[in-house]
Amino acid sequence: MSHAPTSTQAASYLLRGVRPLGGERADVLLRDGVIARIEPQLPEAEVPQDAVVVDGADRVALPGLVDLHTHLREPGREDTETIESGTRAAAVGGFTAVHAMANTTPVADTAGVVEQVWRIGRDAGWVDVHPVGAVSVGLAGEQLAELGAMAQSAARVRVFSDDGKCVWDPVLMRRALEYVKAFDGVIAQHAQEPRLTEGAQMNEGIVSAELGLAGWPAVAEEAIIARDVLLAEHVGSRLHVCHLSTAGSVEIIRWAKGRGIDVTAEVTPHHLVLTDEEARGYDPTFKVNPPLRTQADVDAVREGLADGTIDIVATDHAPHAREDKDCEWAAAAFGMTGLETALSVVQATMVDTGRLTWADVARVMSANPARIGRIDTGELAQGRPFAVGEPANVVLVDPAARRVVDGRAQETASANTPFAGRELPGRVVATFLRGRPTVLDGAPVRDVATVGGAR
Amino acid sequence: MKHLLSAADLTRAEAVHVLDTAAEMAATQSREIKKLPTLRGRTVVNLFFEDSTRTRISFETAAKRLSADVINFSAKGSSVSKGESLKDTALTLQAMGADAVVVRHQASGAPHLLARAGWLDAAVVNAGDGTHQHPTQALLDAFTLRRHLAGDPALGATSGVGADLDGLHVAIVGDVLHSRVARSNVALLTTLGAHVTLVAPPTLVPVGVETWPCEVSYDLDATLADGKPDAVMMLRVQRERMSSAGGGFFPSPLEYSRAYGLDARRLAVLPEHTIVMHPGPMNRGLEISAEAADSPRAVIVEQVANGVAVRMAVLYLLLTGQHDPQSARVPTTTTTHRTEEAHA
Ligand SMILES: [Zn+2]
Repeated sequence: MSHAPTSTQAASYLLRGVRPLGGERADVLLRDGVIARIEPQLPEAEVPQDAVVVDGADRVALPGLVDLHTHLREPGREDTETIESGTRAAAVGGFTAVHAMANTTPVADTAGVVEQVWRIGRDAGWVDVHPVGAVSVGLAGEQLAELGAMAQSAARVRVFSDDGKCVWDPVLMRRALEYVKAFDGVIAQHAQEPRLTEGAQMNEGIVSAELGLAGWPAVAEEAIIARDVLLAEHVGSRLHVCHLSTAGSVEIIRWAKGRGIDVTAEVTPHHLVLTDEEARGYDPTFKVNPPLRTQADVDAVREGLADGTIDIVATDHAPHAREDKDCEWAAAAFGMTGLETALSVVQATMVDTGRLTWADVARVMSANPARIGRIDTGELAQGRPFAVGEPANVVLVDPAARRVVDGRAQETASANTPFAGRELPGRVVATFLRGRPTVLDGAPVRDVATVGGAR
Repeated sequence: MKHLLSAADLTRAEAVHVLDTAAEMAATQSREIKKLPTLRGRTVVNLFFEDSTRTRISFETAAKRLSADVINFSAKGSSVSKGESLKDTALTLQAMGADAVVVRHQASGAPHLLARAGWLDAAVVNAGDGTHQHPTQALLDAFTLRRHLAGDPALGATSGVGADLDGLHVAIVGDVLHSRVARSNVALLTTLGAHVTLVAPPTLVPVGVETWPCEVSYDLDATLADGKPDAVMMLRVQRERMSSAGGGFFPSPLEYSRAYGLDARRLAVLPEHTIVMHPGPMNRGLEISAEAADSPRAVIVEQVANGVAVRMAVLYLLLTGQHDPQSARVPTTTTTHRTEEAHA
């Protein structure tokens, strides 16, 4: 693929005058794939001759972001996203690693499929792609997929999920939780009681009653989470709860953690900011699963993220073809894109409001997701501290920038962003994957050799 | 008001203006020659994604009595799914030069999409969307209520002109959860000053109903005896709703009838002036007994006739831009016909 970034020997990059984790100004030297120096001011004499200097201009430097929940759609729906386009969007969003969900066609339920996704991701070169393996064969919720084979494949799968569908059978869920202990895996549950959500279109409440759209009650999420944390406790397993969306779910996770249950939880950017009021125009751009909830739920998930009850922000980036959104609400697909707006939404809802520091952002969008996915060690470690000797996975953010979101102008192949036309704060200026720039000046770097006089 | 999408979009003045216009339309319908030249040369498309012969015929009759050209576009079967999309259908109608599109669709919000997606310029009239709204049904119900309860029925078509429904008590009984008729009527009747009580088993009341401007009762007998409603509106209940596959909303048709059906015994409890309404089609023996349906209090057949007058009024007002309550009286003969320019 000629348009992919080349793997040419990386130059050195000097990020001059950036603010690591939003703290004091420093010069940061990236060399040989690692963070080589972090100093208040690097003497000119010590700057390597080949170094490309990036004017930091007080921008915030963070460890590369890690998304635990991305739908890349390949194989099967390359009309909506490819691994190449989706990972390019990820890089532009500040990510250096994504976990690709298993609900592709064919489903990622065998070693063959996860290895294919992993290889295409590696060749694309924008971010590290870690395939998520399906829990059950074909996501059918009946029989365990070959979790061991996927774990032992070249893709080294550690996260398993039937996302899009709930592992509703309590016995299957129990077996999955138990089975993945053998290779330190985790079951990432899409918590949705299926009988309580048959035909469901949006959050069940005041707005659904008025709009006449079938309700998706909070209890359908909470009941599964309550069951699963108890199952995880019983069998001593690790559970991850995907896209938690209700105040009640936050309470259950808080209770479970208080009991010492090994559970982690994620919230999406859209559930941090949008409510079911958005459905009033019947614009299916706002149709998502789990649905947008109420303001009280938004407040609760923000608080849960701030106090550590919720461990991570994950995008649930879900590209869809135009015809699947340009239609009646009930006929439309669930999901919205998010890779290129996630950091901005977190800044707007959590940083600019004083709930999180930039160091906290690094925790919930890099360190924690990497640890949950078990990609925080080894040769391709992600989510590491911003420190000398660590892999040079770095994102530079300009928090003072403001931009109006335009779905068509994004790198993702689909335009179903719920933030179209809205102004969001913050802009990713540069992203480095092990010292190699994937994004510079806010644009994807297609050929590193042509950048700024390097080489 | 370019479109009529929801009964909740109407102010009290606008609603009264539609009802008054409907009264004038109704008056013309007792003449020997019922047809008015008002919408000559205009095209009204009946776009029905869901079977409803009675609603389609009502709109078709209304449009034809106003001399509009009527195209019936039945898209039944192309349901909420793939096949020809709503968008392609809309673009087709736009190409055909539709001035108004009357749309019935099983998906809540489909008329909003037609009105707002920019696919077509026509006025959109919601003729029932999913479990959301059916505003012309609410208007014809309000018209019927006003004629009987806010005026002097002996005056015929013009009974109640100018009036709203202030102080009236209307009980709406049945499957509120799935009813666009209930949603539309709660909005419109309360806008017009009526007091509404919804009566249903708790399983057939939507979560979130607490914000609606009405009361909710699970006890039909208490509502009839204590509330002394001026009108009782029975909603159609689908028998399938009791099966597990249909949602299991109530144990059996028999139990439903016992608790929520309008029968002779309950009819006898009502004040003498109370009228009985039903949007049709009725399930005789389920939500309403034959005695109730055929009693002199029942205005069910009249509702059908009023439907034509109300739909004439809606089409007229949308297509001639005369929806401002302050505007002049409706031209109902060729000699008094006003052009849009004259109005502007
Ligand atoms: Zn999911």
